[in-house]
Amino acid sequence: MISYAYVLTGVLVMAAVTYVIRALPLAVFRRKISSRFFRSFLFYVPYAVLSAMTFPAILSSTASGWSAAAGLIAAILLAWFGRGLLTVALGSTAVVFVAERLLELFF
Amino acid sequence: METLSFRKGVKDGLPICLGYISVSFAFGMMATQGGLPVWVALGISMTNLTSAGQVAGTNLILAGAGYAEIAITTFVINLRYFLMSLSLSQKVEDTMTGLQRWVLSFGVTDEIFAVAVQQKGAINARYFSGLILTPYCGWALGTFLGAAATGLLPASLRSALGIALYGMFLAIIIPPARGSRPVRAVVVLAGALSCLIAWTPGLSGLSGGWSIILCAVTASAFAAFRWPVAEESGEEGAAP
Repeated sequence: MISYAYVLTGVLVMAAVTYVIRALPLAVFRRKISSRFFRSFLFYVPYAVLSAMTFPAILSSTASGWSAAAGLIAAILLAWFGRGLLTVALGSTAVVFVAERLLELFF
Repeated sequence: METLSFRKGVKDGLPICLGYISVSFAFGMMATQGGLPVWVALGISMTNLTSAGQVAGTNLILAGAGYAEIAITTFVINLRYFLMSLSLSQKVEDTMTGLQRWVLSFGVTDEIFAVAVQQKGAINARYFSGLILTPYCGWALGTFLGAAATGLLPASLRSALGIALYGMFLAIIIPPARGSRPVRAVVVLAGALSCLIAWTPGLSGLSGGWSIILCAVTASAFAAFRWPVAEESGEEGAAP
């Protein structure tokens, strides 16, 4: 059973932090960041965050590590060859689905 | 030159909206599979409007993490919006009122930012609000559909769809990593550190949020030190 007080406070914390980050520069500061290091840092953050969130969590995102590994390889290949968001997501989903049916058949 | 009307904003937001429906669909599924009711999943999307940030935050909530961990993780993941808002503050009309700035800053996302900065000349509040409105509706709608559909899908499909969100993350980071050595280094370094933490006895006790912070800050700081970006390109970190 989840505690609504905890969940809703957590959601509020997320929303408040996110809003303050967005609102302060546009509504209050209106200055340019002069530090080249900090600008570079902020440029790289999204890629680092998404990678850290994906690995190794992706391997436990499905019913079996093997099907997830198959889906991971499919996603990397599709993305490498420039397919769009939806194609990569659904392509890796399809590979996982097929891999799990094969695993059921043979093991 | 086409005038920057509300209507043009809505139209320009449409492709973003379609992309958001699919990403938020996966988020809605993830949230309800974790045990949250549909209305909470929808509430998260409508108050946060971020992809990676709210996925990480929701995972932390599902894991029962402390508020400080939720706040700091959200802060680090969404720090890039600070840069985008800062850049937009140079781009909006000087006549934009304080209230308009406070309201519209809520809608700064990677995609909306990317479309907004491509416009010639200053951005007015009418255009900007249209540009935010369509993606916002798509984000909410997709979340609702995904959250509501979870209970209706068979277990085999639910398992396969578990990878969808990560597939989208890979679709965002792999193409730029292919084209740019520094980005590739960041992606590999952050992913490797994250695996190291998860798989090393003793370190694996470190919970998800702190691990993401540690990996992201280390990899980004290393790359910023090693490969500082040129003046304007620092504003194009395009990932939702």
